Amino acid sequence: MPKEEFVLKGTSACPGCSASLALRYVLKAAGPDTVLIVPACCTSVVQGMYPNTAVNVPVVNVGFATAGASASGMSNALRALGKKTNVVVYAGDGGTLDIGIQALSGALERGTDFLYVCYDNEAYGNTGMQRSGGTPLGAKTTTTPLGKPEVKKDIERIVAAHEPPFMATACAAYPQDLFRKVKKALSIRGPSFIHVLAPCPPGWRYPTEKSVEIGKLAVKSGVWVLYEREYGQLAISSPSRTALKNPIPLEEYLAPQGRFAGIDPKTLDILKQRIAKNLQRLAREESGVC
Amino acid sequence: MFEIRIHSRGGQGGVTAARLIALAAIRDGRYATAFPFYGAERRGAPVVSFVRIDDAPVKVYSQIQQPDLVFVMDMGVMDVVDVLHGLKEGGTVVTNSAHKHEFAGFRTFNIDLTGIALKEDLVVAGNPILDTAVIGALAKLGIITIESAKKAIAEMFTDERDIKTADDAFREMTV
Amino acid sequence: MLTVATGNKAVALAVKQAKPVVVAIYPITPQTEIVEQIAQYVSQGDLSARYIDVESEHSAMAACIGASMTGVRTFTATSSQGLLYMHEMTNWAAGARLPIVMANVNRAIGPGWNIWAEHTDAMQERDTGWLQVYVSTVQEAYDTTLMAFRIAEHNDVLLPVMVNLDGFLLSHVMQPLDTVEPADFIPPLHLPHTVDPKNPMGYGTLTGPDEYFKFRWDIERSMRDSLRVIEAAHKEFFQRFGRTYGFTEDYRCEDADVVVVSMGTLGKEVEVAVDNLRNEGIRAGSMRLRWFRPFPKLDLMNRDVVVIDRDYSFGFGGVLAHSIQAKNRTGVFSVIAGLGGQEVTYDDIAGFVKNRHIGREYWFGVSDNV
Ligand code: SF4
Repeated sequence: MPKEEFVLKGTSACPGCSASLALRYVLKAAGPDTVLIVPACCTSVVQGMYPNTAVNVPVVNVGFATAGASASGMSNALRALGKKTNVVVYAGDGGTLDIGIQALSGALERGTDFLYVCYDNEAYGNTGMQRSGGTPLGAKTTTTPLGKPEVKKDIERIVAAHEPPFMATACAAYPQDLFRKVKKALSIRGPSFIHVLAPCPPGWRYPTEKSVEIGKLAVKSGVWVLYEREYGQLAISSPSRTALKNPIPLEEYLAPQGRFAGIDPKTLDILKQRIAKNLQRLAREESGVC
Repeated sequence: MFEIRIHSRGGQGGVTAARLIALAAIRDGRYATAFPFYGAERRGAPVVSFVRIDDAPVKVYSQIQQPDLVFVMDMGVMDVVDVLHGLKEGGTVVTNSAHKHEFAGFRTFNIDLTGIALKEDLVVAGNPILDTAVIGALAKLGIITIESAKKAIAEMFTDERDIKTADDAFREMTV
Repeated sequence: MLTVATGNKAVALAVKQAKPVVVAIYPITPQTEIVEQIAQYVSQGDLSARYIDVESEHSAMAACIGASMTGVRTFTATSSQGLLYMHEMTNWAAGARLPIVMANVNRAIGPGWNIWAEHTDAMQERDTGWLQVYVSTVQEAYDTTLMAFRIAEHNDVLLPVMVNLDGFLLSHVMQPLDTVEPADFIPPLHLPHTVDPKNPMGYGTLTGPDEYFKFRWDIERSMRDSLRVIEAAHKEFFQRFGRTYGFTEDYRCEDADVVVVSMGTLGKEVEVAVDNLRNEGIRAGSMRLRWFRPFPKLDLMNRDVVVIDRDYSFGFGGVLAHSIQAKNRTGVFSVIAGLGGQEVTYDDIAGFVKNRHIGREYWFGVSDNV
C-alpha cells in the first residue's frame, strides 16, 4: 500500500472512527488525480473547517440528496474536457440508502463513470445516531430506543439490479481488501459501487479501541460478507471465504455493542435466519445456480 | 390586424397550421404570431389555435375574442364548441367539408381538406394531416400569398406532398 | 437571419450557440420543448455538449453544479414544480458562485394542477442569489439567453442567471426571430475556483459564522456589481446586433401621468392598452421590468403607479407591487391578475388604469370593485 497520505492529521472524527480509516485507504488507492464528492455525512465535518482541510485531494461538498447527480455532472464535464480524473463519492448510509437513493439510482442507470463508496455506520451519525434505512433489525438508536423493528435495507441488491460493471462490499477492518477493490473499481469504465461497513464507536456503543475487532467479528459471523461482482459474476472475497468455513456465533458480534444490549431471543433468531439465507443466496449466485 | 381562430382536434395539425400561416405572413414581409390554447395534450381533444397578422409588431398575447376568420378543420367540433363565438360581423367561416354550409351574416367557404390529404396519402397514426391544405386554402382567400405559403411549408417540412396538398387546396378552393 | 420560433425554441437555439459543455434537464410542461430541442441538437451533433438525462430537477441542478465546478459552461431549464423541487440546489448554485444559466418557463403551482403562466414559481427563488430576468417576446427570449451567459460568467458576477418566460403565452407562441452570430459576445469562461487535483482545496466545507457572513456579503456585492455588468452587456449587444435592452422597457413614459409596471408578456399587452388610453386622452405609459434581481432603480416620481402582479405572497401582497413601494417609497395601485394563466386583455388593463385607486389592492375577477 502506498505511503502517501491524503487524509492528513487534524480531522475532527471521533476517536476510533473507522469511516475515516476507510477514507484513508480509499484515497491511497485512488491517488492524487481524484475529486472526492461528499454529501452531508460525518465526512462533511471530519474533513475540517474552512479555511482548513485535512484532505489532500479536492473535496466538493454537495447537497445531501445529490451525491450521484453531482458526480454525474462532474464526471461528464471532466470527460468532456478529456480528463481521466477519478470521480469518487464518499457518502454515508443516510445519503445513500435513504435521501440520496434516487440520485444514486439515476447515476447508475445513466452509466456515469464514477465510483460510489457508501460507508455504512448504520445510522445518522452526524446528527447523533438516529435510525436510518441502514440500521439493522434490533439495533437501538436515538429514534428506536427499543431496537429497530424493521430489517436493514438491502442496498446491495438494489444497486445490483442496475447491473453496474463492478460492485463490491468491504470493511474498514480489512484494508488490503478495500484497497484492492477501489483500485479495481477505478480501472473499470462506468459506474462502480463499494459498500463499506464502518463500525462507529459512539453509535454502536463500544469502546473506541475496538473498531477493527468489531469489523472482523462482523465478517467472521457472516453478518457482513465481503464479495465483489464484476460484470454480474459474483466472487466471495478471501477473508469471508475463510471465515465462513467456520463462522463464529452471531452473539459474539452483538455482545460488545451497546446498541444490541438486551436484544430479545425472537429478534436474534430472525437475524440468524436472515444471515443464513443471505449466505445461501450468495453461495448459489457464486456457483451460478440462481 | 387580422385575427384567425382555428378549430381542430388534437392530431389533425391545427397548431401547425397556425404556425405555417404566421410563417407565411412573415415571409410576406408582415408581422405575425401564432399560438395554441393548450389543455392537456391528448389526441382527439378539441384544440383551438390562433393567428394574428399585422403590419406592425404584434403585442397582444391574450386569446382572440373577435376573430376576422374562423377555420373549422373538424366539423364534429361544432357539436361541442360554438365556433362562431365572437366572430366579427361579416367575418369569414371556412369549413373542412365537401358541402357548403351557410352561416347567416357571415361569408362562408368550404373545402374538402380531408379528401385532399387522403388523395396524397398524408396520414399519420390514422389521422389525415390537414395543416398544409389549410394554408393553401387561406392563400386563395388572399390572407397570405401562395408563394410565401409554399416557402413556409418548405421551411418546416421536407415531404414534397406537403407542398402538393397546399397547391391542391389553393386550386380547389372556390372563392 | 429572420426566421420564426416559439419562445422555447428560441431559448434552445441561443443555448446551442452559447455552446455549453454540460446540459442537464428534466422534462416538465411547458418547458419540455427546450429539453427535447437540446437533446436533438446533441444527438444530431449540432451541439457537442454532454447531455445528462437526469432523473429529477433536484438532480438536474446538482449535475449542473458538479459540472460547473470543473469550470465549464452549463445550462438547465425547468418550470413550476420542477423549480421548487430544485430549490435547495438553486441556493447551492449561487452560494458556490457558479455561473449556471437556467430558463424557467413560468407556470402556476399546484394544487390544483395548472400548467399555465404565473410568476409565483420564480418569485419563490428571489432570495437565492440568482439574477432574474423576465422576457416578453420570442426575440427577447433569444437575445436575453445569449446575454445571460455573458453576464453570469463575468468575473465581477459569477452568479447564476434565471431567464423567465411565460408558460404557453411565450413558450408556445410562434413569432419572428432574427438570429445572430454571437461569436465572442460570450467570451470563454474562466472560473477562478475551478476544481483542480493539482491544487487540492475544499469546496463548501464547514464554515464558521464570521467567514460565512463574509461569503454572504460577497454574493450581495456581486449582485450590486452585476448592475454595471448587465448595463455593459446591453450596450455591447446593441453595438453588435442593433437591438436595445434595458433594465426596464419604457413605453410612452416621458410625459405619462400614470405608469403601469408589469413583467413578462403582460408588459406588451400593456403597451396596447397605453395606446388606446392615449387615444381617449389619458396620458398613460408602460414600464415593463426586465431585471427583477438585481432590482434596478425605477423612475416613478410624481405620477400614479399601477402595478400588475402575476404572483402573490400570501398574507403580504403582490411581490412586484411591494418591491416598488419599498424601493421607491411611493404608493401604488396593486392589481393581482393573470394567476394560473387567467386571461388579461388590453381592455382589462385599460380598466385597471381608469379605475385605479392608489394604496389599494385589487384581485382581477375576484374583488367586487376597486
Ligand atoms: S459518528 Fe461514527 S462514523 Fe461519524 S465520525 Fe464519529 S465514529 Fe465516525
